[in-house]
Order: sequence, then C-alpha cells, then structure tokens
Amino acid sequence: MGKIKSLADLRKMKEEVQTKIKLRETSNHPEQVVQVKVGMATCGIASGAKETMKFFIEELEQEAIDAVVTQTGCMGYCYAEPTVEVTLPKKDPVVFGHVDKEKVHEIINSYIKRGELIDGIIPVNFKTIDD
Amino acid sequence: MTDYKMHLLICGGTGCKASESDEIKNRLNQFIEKHGLEDDVQVVMTGCFGFCEKGPIVKVLPDNTFYVQVKPSDAEEIIKEHVVKGRPVPRLLYTDPKSEKHVSDSKGMDFYKKQIRVALRNCGFINPENIDECIARDGYQALGKCLTEMTPEEAIKEVKDSGLRGRGGGGFPTGLKWEITRNVENDQKYVVCNADEGDPGAFMDRSILEGDPHSVIEAMAICGYCIGADTGLVYIRAEYPLAIQRLKVAIRQAEEYGLLGEDILGTGFNFRIELRYGAGAFVCGEETALIHSMEGLRGEPTFKPPFPSVSGYMGKPTNVNNVETLANIPVIINKGAAWFSSIGTEKSKGTKVFALAGKINNVGLIEVPMGTTLREVIYDIGGGIKDGKEFKAVQTGGPSGGCLTKEHLDIPIDYDNLLAVGSMMGSGGMIVMDEDDCMVSIAKFYLDFTLEESCGKCTPCRVGNKRLYEILDKITQGKGEAEDIERLKELSFVIKDTALCGLGQTSPNPVLSTISNFENEYLAHVVDGKCPAGQCKSLLRYDILEEMCTGCTLCFRNCPVGAITGERRQPHYIDQSLCIKCGVCYEKCKFNAVILT
Amino acid sequence: MDTINLTIDHKPVVVKKGTTILEAASGIGIDIPTLCHMKLEDLNIENKPGGCRICVVEVNGRRNLAPACCTEANDGMEVNTHSMRVINARRTVMELILSDHPFDCLVCAKSGNCDLQDMAHRLGIREIHYKGEQSTYREDTSPAIIREVDKCIMCRRCETMCNEVQTVGVLSAINRGFQSVVSPAFEMNLDHSVCTYCGQCVAVCPTGALTEVDETGKVIRALSDPTKTVIVQTAPAVRAALGEEFGMEAGTLVTGKLVAALKRLGFDYVFDTDFAADLTIMEEGTELLTRLQKHLDGDKDVKLPILTSCCPAWVKFFEHQFPEMKDIPSTARSPQQMFGAIAKTYLADKLGVKREDLVVVSIMPCVAKKYECGRDEFKTNDNPDVDYAITTRELGALIKLSSIDFKALPNEDFDHPLGESSGAGVIFGTTGGVIEAAVRTAYEVHTQKELPRLDFDELRGMEGIREATIDFNGLPIKIGIAHGLGNARKLLEDIQAGKSEFHAIEIMSCPGGCIGGGGQPYHHGNADVLKKRQMALYTEDRNKTIRKSHENPYIVKLYEEFLGKPMSEKAHHLLHTEYFDRT
Repeated sequence: MGKIKSLADLRKMKEEVQTKIKLRETSNHPEQVVQVKVGMATCGIASGAKETMKFFIEELEQEAIDAVVTQTGCMGYCYAEPTVEVTLPKKDPVVFGHVDKEKVHEIINSYIKRGELIDGIIPVNFKTIDD
Repeated sequence: MTDYKMHLLICGGTGCKASESDEIKNRLNQFIEKHGLEDDVQVVMTGCFGFCEKGPIVKVLPDNTFYVQVKPSDAEEIIKEHVVKGRPVPRLLYTDPKSEKHVSDSKGMDFYKKQIRVALRNCGFINPENIDECIARDGYQALGKCLTEMTPEEAIKEVKDSGLRGRGGGGFPTGLKWEITRNVENDQKYVVCNADEGDPGAFMDRSILEGDPHSVIEAMAICGYCIGADTGLVYIRAEYPLAIQRLKVAIRQAEEYGLLGEDILGTGFNFRIELRYGAGAFVCGEETALIHSMEGLRGEPTFKPPFPSVSGYMGKPTNVNNVETLANIPVIINKGAAWFSSIGTEKSKGTKVFALAGKINNVGLIEVPMGTTLREVIYDIGGGIKDGKEFKAVQTGGPSGGCLTKEHLDIPIDYDNLLAVGSMMGSGGMIVMDEDDCMVSIAKFYLDFTLEESCGKCTPCRVGNKRLYEILDKITQGKGEAEDIERLKELSFVIKDTALCGLGQTSPNPVLSTISNFENEYLAHVVDGKCPAGQCKSLLRYDILEEMCTGCTLCFRNCPVGAITGERRQPHYIDQSLCIKCGVCYEKCKFNAVILT
Repeated sequence: MDTINLTIDHKPVVVKKGTTILEAASGIGIDIPTLCHMKLEDLNIENKPGGCRICVVEVNGRRNLAPACCTEANDGMEVNTHSMRVINARRTVMELILSDHPFDCLVCAKSGNCDLQDMAHRLGIREIHYKGEQSTYREDTSPAIIREVDKCIMCRRCETMCNEVQTVGVLSAINRGFQSVVSPAFEMNLDHSVCTYCGQCVAVCPTGALTEVDETGKVIRALSDPTKTVIVQTAPAVRAALGEEFGMEAGTLVTGKLVAALKRLGFDYVFDTDFAADLTIMEEGTELLTRLQKHLDGDKDVKLPILTSCCPAWVKFFEHQFPEMKDIPSTARSPQQMFGAIAKTYLADKLGVKREDLVVVSIMPCVAKKYECGRDEFKTNDNPDVDYAITTRELGALIKLSSIDFKALPNEDFDHPLGESSGAGVIFGTTGGVIEAAVRTAYEVHTQKELPRLDFDELRGMEGIREATIDFNGLPIKIGIAHGLGNARKLLEDIQAGKSEFHAIEIMSCPGGCIGGGGQPYHHGNADVLKKRQMALYTEDRNKTIRKSHENPYIVKLYEEFLGKPMSEKAHHLLHTEYFDRT
C-alpha cells in the first residue's frame, strides 16, 4: 500500500477496508467464519492473554474451524482478564471473561461449535459513539 | 449446532450472587426440567451486568427481556409465563422512574448502559497494530477534514466549542490552550503528548495507547496543524513497553500511508512524531517538569509563567496535552462540537475515563458522561463493594485528590463539583475503600507516595510533606496527641499556600479531606488510642481471657517473640511490652480465649 | 505596553514590564526576605529556582501565595508583602527548613556569617514545631572544599555557579523528595570529580554546607614551633577585601594594616605575592614574546594564543575539559608557586634556613590555592614549596582569634627582598589585570620604547568576555579576557574551532577575577562589593611609584643574583611547570 494522497483517497480507502474486513468476516463460508478477539493490553497479557490467544489459534486449527483470531486493546474488564470477544456469524459479539486454557476449550466446544452460551459471559454495559 | 431456542442469562456478579442468583439459577433449571424444556432452554450465569442496584438480573434471549430484582420464588413464573407461554412478566420488568412505565427494551436495553465510550471507542474493538482497522472506523478522517476543509482557526473553534477540558488533571480548556499557542509567533513550535501517567491505580492513558494509538497520533497532527507545529513528541514512561511498541508500529504505518511525514494528504502540511522516554517520575507529569525531562534536565517544575505555550520545549512554544484529551479530538472534529457538548454537564463536557480500583467488584476501566454520579459508577458499573462490605470512601484525583464519602455519592461527577467538595478530577483514578480501611492510614499512604515522588525542589513539598507524613505515622502508631490534628491542618494549609507546583499544592488534600470527613476516626486514634477500622497494628491489643484459656500452650509455642507466658493447664498471659501484634495467638487459639480490642 | 502599574503594600509603583515583584518592592524600599534567590548585577548571574518559598507574598485574587523572586509584576496587581497570612507561611516554611538542618551553629564555620541563621533571626523563629527525621549524609572532604551536606537547604546557588556560570557541572540536585540534595553525581566525592576547586559554590552557599578546608590550626601550630621560620605571602586581592571582615566598607585598602597584623601574628617575614606576580610577568611576558616572534617569523607550529596560567582552578579546568589543548597555556607557574619556589631556594639560602625548617604560608582570596600548593610537581622531597594556603576569611578569623584590633593597627611595610612590588603586580587581583600587567612589560621589551600610557581602560571592566587590540608600535596585538569558566569555555571552543584570532588571553575562574575569589569575605549576593574591590586595586596601582614589573628593582636583582634571565634553565626549573591530562 502506497501513500494516501488526499482526503478523497482516504475516504475511498475507508470504504475499501471496511469491505475488506467485512469480506474477511464472511469469507467463503459465511455461516462458519468465527471471529475471535483477544484483549491484549498490558493487563490482559499480564493475566495470560498471550497463552490464551496461542491456544485459541491452535485449538481452532486442530478442530478445523474457519476462524479469524486477532488481538485488540483493553476492553475495560480488568477484573476478568483475559477477556475474549467471540462473534459467531450473524450473531452479536459475546465477551467472555477469565479465559484460561480450560475456558478456551469450553468456548470452542460449547459456544463456537454448538452455539450454547456458557457461564462467564460479560454483558457489554456501554454505548459506543455510533449508538 | 444445538438448537437452544432460548437462553436465560442470570447475573453472576458478586452483588447479585449475594442476592441468591445461584438459587435462582437452580430454581430456573428445576422448572425447565419440570416442563421438559432442557433441550430448548439454557440457563447461563454471566458476569456483572452493571446494574447491581436492581439486581439480581435475569435477561432472556433472544427477545432481550430484562428482569430486575428477581427472587428465587419468581423462577416458576418466568418459566411458566415467559418461556412456555411467551408472555413477559410485567411486574419483574424495570420501571422507568420518569415515565413510571415498565421497560422491556428489546433493542439492547440501553437504559442500564451508563457508559459511553468516546475516548475508548476503539479500545477492544480494533487490532491496534493494523492501521486498516482504524481507518475502517473513521481513523484519520478528522485529520483529513481539518487539512482539507477547515482552517486552523475553524478547527480550534470546533475544539473550543466542544467544551473539552484537559483530562490529565488540570481541566484547562483544550481549545483555549491551542489558541494561545497558535497566537504566539515563532518559527518552531511543538506538540507534546503527555503520556507520563502516574496516578496510583490509573492506567487509561496506557490502555488508549495500547488499544488505539492512531487516535492519539491523529489528534497530535490535528493539533500541529492548528497551532502551526510540524513536530510532535510523545513523552511516555519507559515502563510502558507495550504502549511504546504499539505507538512505534502505529507511527510507522501512518508514515507508510503518508498520514505522517511530508505533504500529508497532498495538503502541504508536514508533521512528524518522535518518542521521548520518561523514567516514571510522577512529577514529570507536570508540564514544565516534563519539558525539562525531555530536554535532558532534572525533571523538576519551574515557576509559571512563562507557560509552555509561550516558552516550552527548547524555549519554543509548546502545546502539552494528555493522552485521553487527545483521544477525544478526532471525534469532536468528525461528529462536531455540538454532538460532543451534548454529553456532560454545563461546565464539563463529554465523558471521562475512570480506572476503578480498590475494594470494588468490577475493577477496570470505564468511561461515563460527565455528570454521572459516584453511586452510579460504584454500584451500577463497578458492581458495588467487594465481599458485601460497607462503602466507606472513594479517593478521586489520585494523591492530589481527596476522599469522598457516602454523603457525596449522589454528586454528579465533574471538574467543578469535585473541587467544591475538596477533591479533584485528576487523571481519573478512583480508589474505593470499605469499612476495613483506616482513613488515617489512607492519608498516610498517599503522603508516602507524594514523598517518594516529590522532586525536592521547594521546601513545603520536600520537608513539609515529610513532616505531615511523620505526624500521620505517629498517629497510626498510637503516639499521636490531640494537637497533632490541628498541626496537620495548619501545616497542610501552608503547604497548599506556598508549594511551587501542582503536586505540592495538592499533596495535603488527602490529609485535609480525611480530617474533614473522618475527624472522629482521627480522634479515636489520638484520644482513645483505637483504630476503628482495625488497620493500625500498634493500636490493637491482644489479651487472653483467663476464664476461656485451657492452658493448651498452643499460643505460647507459636508466639514468635516469646510474649506469652503461662504453665500448662494454667491460664496464659500476653506481655504487652513484647507483643508485636502479629495475631498468631488469635489465629491459633482453639478456644476463642484470645481477644482483640 | 512597556510599563506596569501595581500597588505593593498599598503604595502605587510603576515598573518596566518584566520586573519581578521582588525588584518592584525593592525599588520602593520594601525589603522582602529571600533565601535561595541571588542576583549578581552586571555579572549576569542569577539563581532563581523559586524553591525556598521564603519570599512568598500575597497577590490579590490569587489562590495561593506567589514567590516574589520569580513572579512578574502585572498591571493592576495588588501585592501585600507582609500580611499575617504571608508572615505565618514564611515562618512555617522557615521552621520546615530548620527542622531538617543540624543545630551546629556553635561550631559551624558559617556561624555569624550565615544567611540561614540571619533569616531565622529576622523571622523570629524561637521554636521548631515540626520536628522529625533529619537528613544525614557523609561529609566530603577534598583538598580545598568541605561539603557538609546535612546543612544543604537546596537553594541551588552552588548548582547555578557550578553549572551555568562555571560550566563545570559537578554539583547538581540528586535524589528526590526529602532525600534531595546537591551533590556530585552518584554522591561521589569532590576529589573524584572534575571539580576545579574554584570555590564559587563556597562563595555563594547561604549555610555551612560548603566551606573551605580550614587550615588556620596548622598555621597556628607552625607559628608556635620555635624551630621553624614561618614566612607569609599575601595575594593582591586580599588587601582589597580583608577590611570587610572587620566591618570596613567594601573596597577599603588595608595593605599596611594587613602587614602589621601578620607581623603581630608572629610571622618572621611578611612578603607579598605581588612580588611573585611581577616575576610571573617576566616569565609569562617573555614566553608570549618568544611565541609571538616565532609566529611572526612564520613558524607554523607555534601555539597562539597564549593563555595565562596563574589561576589554579582554570588550570584544573582545562586539564579535565580541554586536555588536548594543554600545550597552549603559558608554562609559567602561578605567583603563589613562584613565590614558594623562590622562597625555598633563593630566600632560604639568604636566610641560612634549611628548606624543611622554612614554612611558607600564603594568604589567598582563593580556595583552589589550597589544592594547588599540594600538587606533586610543586614539591621537593615531599616538601611543598608552599606549605599552607589560607583564605582571606581564615586570616580574618585568625586576627580576631588573636584579639588584634585590626582597625586600629598602624600601616606597616612588607619585608625585603620578596616584599617589593609594582602596580602591575597589584592588579593581578582583578579580571584584566594580569594581561594589562603583561602588556606594560611586553610592550616595552618588544618595542624597546617607553609606554606612552599605563592605564589600559580597554582591558578593564566586568564584562564576562572582553577583547581589545593594543598597538605594539605598529604591530596590533589582539587580547582576549574571560572571567568565569563558562566564558573561558567559549573562548576555548573558538580556539578549538580555529576561529580565535587572539594572540593572548587572560583567564580567571572567578567572576571578577581574584577579588571575587572563593576565599574572599562573603559578598552575600552584592555585586557592588566586587566592583569596589576592583576599584581599590586600580587605586593602589595608581599610587605606586613603580608600575611595571620589569622595573621592580628586587626582580631585577633576583635575576642578576640567582635566575640569570627570564626563561633561563634555572627559571625554567623553578618557575615553570607542566600540565596533565586528567580525563
């Protein structure tokens, strides 16, 4: 990607990346791509988020689940680190707290595979600027 | 996929658990089984909903019905009526206090969402190391808009009109600061981002830099455009390695895209950003000290004026803004001053990020509109006090702030209201204390911090705070005298009146606010020789009740200092002159013969 | 708007924009007490950290009190300098300072001359209400300066002198909070640092935290030892300042009383460093002319400009900071050391006293001289050419100790043969004096003509860096003068960069030259004192019958009887030295 030369270019680029991210989220199997975001701020990493993320990637690969695992910043729930947000296709994102290896298993087996909610969900309690 | 048709989410936050949410879950499951719905309905325990005032909460998915103050006895009705017959139970719905109507807001139940994330808008949403994700969420649009469609004066006006005030503690109007710096003529000016976060317990700046570094970069460039600077410097503590790394990545990516560097977006505007590392000295958050530290000098404040806006880094006009302040800028430009100023109170606009810490259940980072009450923050968002204990006080404004009490719980939080009650906004640390916290010890704790962090330049802060600390220490040791309280006050007033910088001028605040709000606790220490919270060890006294003691010798054998004497099967005694109040005897005694007074 | 109207203590005042409240108040006779603040007018030296908070005043409409020393007057300002709120704050702050200060006044070197003590008295402190832990630090003794860091009140005056004025950079604030103190880096000792011992830190310290190494005890012991012949030399600047120790007006010349006092103290012979200053001119002037001649003859290797070398702090400065330039300064020893070398050879022979039995004491305006006389190259068989160097202040104390009524003393004359001096030797004590003295001799030696005038006003003054061109009968000689090591650094950097066009440069470490030396009576921040001392030396010069070094008959005799000619082998051995790379 080269330099962005003007505001018009920047706006065009915004559209493009939005589409790209959407495409990535829907990919070839829109009903199967799962998006996992791991909170990787200092607080998360200190509580083991790196391990959690690594484990997520490994497990999802092993289970051959089409998923995108990315890092993100602090979600604010420091009392429940590591925190992970899972978005199943066509569903609202769900945030899980205290996600250790065992919890990763549980999330994959119950929520990602079967859509069953499990204990430890953190209800999102804020509005965003887009609301 | 299992086809649960319905989920019942029950709040498993500490507050709700105390109100029998476990029992509610059992009952719900019981009635689900009774109706043979195990394969259709699942009950899930969740984290705190942040609406503890009305807990326990049960939320029904997919229709988002929100039940409040649910009791175990309500389980049957929820299952029978709502789950089986599809009819919500009106009496359990939230009643809007204004309209007095039941609310069953299925669109997301926003009424309980007390937070609005403006500065934290991208934290936890985007991958901070991928500029595309930031651009997809309007990143750099505000910079483009300023450079292309607005004059610097117009952009400054937008910031001024928004009512944004400095989030680092001082609360100085940001737009005005920019205007002043713009109006100073000089061939070289600087934009400095103050990322020397240092309040105990506060970490919002770190989180923003780690989660959304581009917002800060974008805002610095906007500021540069407005004041006429082509160089930005981020003064960041070296103890924030992840934030530093993410900032570096973000700066590199922005440079690759031409969003930093020469001729940004073809407008002829140049702006570059460099990092400067601090060693984590609290006083370097004070802008003149920060600038001296960046210049390689001892990090100590100098007298203002001249303000950095006139003579700052290398003697050039310098605009210093805190991270959170900057993070608000792109939103103000994009959504307009009117939108921003619609949030908040009359003199404090927008939102404020707080770091909740201490004896509170949901320790974490929150962002609320100015004007939210302490009660809402502590109970509705923070999930209340840990272990069901009694709220005693909350320290806002870090070591420069003051302790607020129950009386202050319903004060809308903004700059002026906090000042009026003897505390301050500060950078947004909020430390909650419960009944077990001794307020003299709290004041001592903060003084200890100030002592460590004082630069030592001016007498009142260097020596005065030391003397304040010593008096407090004396009181917690049980050696205080009645006149010490007066002495603390007198000395505090002089320190506030004479110290050189904000750190010294505010350092006695924790002392003064604890004295004014908890004078009885001070008196208990100096007059009665007691620490009501039981925290001051020297004021504790362990005794053995003769009639309860069986002479088992367990305490005698475990006392680390040999303060206990006594014959086997005879009552034992504690020699108070030797006792170090470690409490081992108290823990070991199987007959409750050791008492604590 | 260039003028500001304000009221101070209800009196209207009009001042220029940029004037501080302190200056504005002082202009109408209101004396606001200050402690850390120090301003040496005309020398461009100011210490204004705003740290002590003694000078706080009440400004109407302001939330807290304002430090008068660094708050600029604003239009319409209403200032109250002595309200009860102010007095209470001032006294409390003073009590806080004292609560962390040793109560050593009875045995403190600074007692009676201590700004802190005076301030405590002025503010009427009778009790310290806030007692607590006191800072304790290791005492640091060096060959010249003692640091009793417990007594440091963080006024930062020494730091300003060491860093901004002298650019030596040894003393700065270290640690934080209550532990803050001014110290060399890592709390090293001064003698492990690049300290030049210029003593400007001592000159400005408001307490006893920085003092000279007191050697009066050793002098007393020498004087009471019947087996020793004890002689004394007195530096030029001493006579212009010693009177201040006895309450005399600054700038009072006390040469005759000084001699009389030294004789009453029991010195066997009272000589004058001015004699050695004349000797220095003979050697240094000859060196200048030699290098100049080589330069004129086209020798590309010759080092110009030549730099003076009489100031020991300056010598140590370039040995540390500019060692690659150590072949540029004159190799001539300082007058103190020339005197010592001649005393322990020529004079000892004349008196028939063995070197070991001859004790040479010098009275110096300087603390670095204590260090200088201890340097190894100035010793023979471990016996130093100068045994003890004591400061003007130490001499004052010794005279008081001996109950000598100084003011009532008659004027007496120096002894011979090392007591006669020219006016040129006298002005060594002020900035510009050494080079003026050198010009008087070099001109006549070079041109073989008599100087048409003796007062070179173009070389005089208090500007930090001065320059002048003197016409040596058609040959323009460019002369530079710097006092204060920061100014010296600028000239040295020019030389390093090849930008310097000077033939000769005089450098003195202390602002004002030796009259402002670290061993002089304390000026307490009053630069007028230095100017008056300077005038006194020029007056003494004018009153002398002999005003050129080469015309001093005892100098002529010394060369005839002993040294041969300037820069002879003997002169080289006794009067010249070498420099060391101390990096």
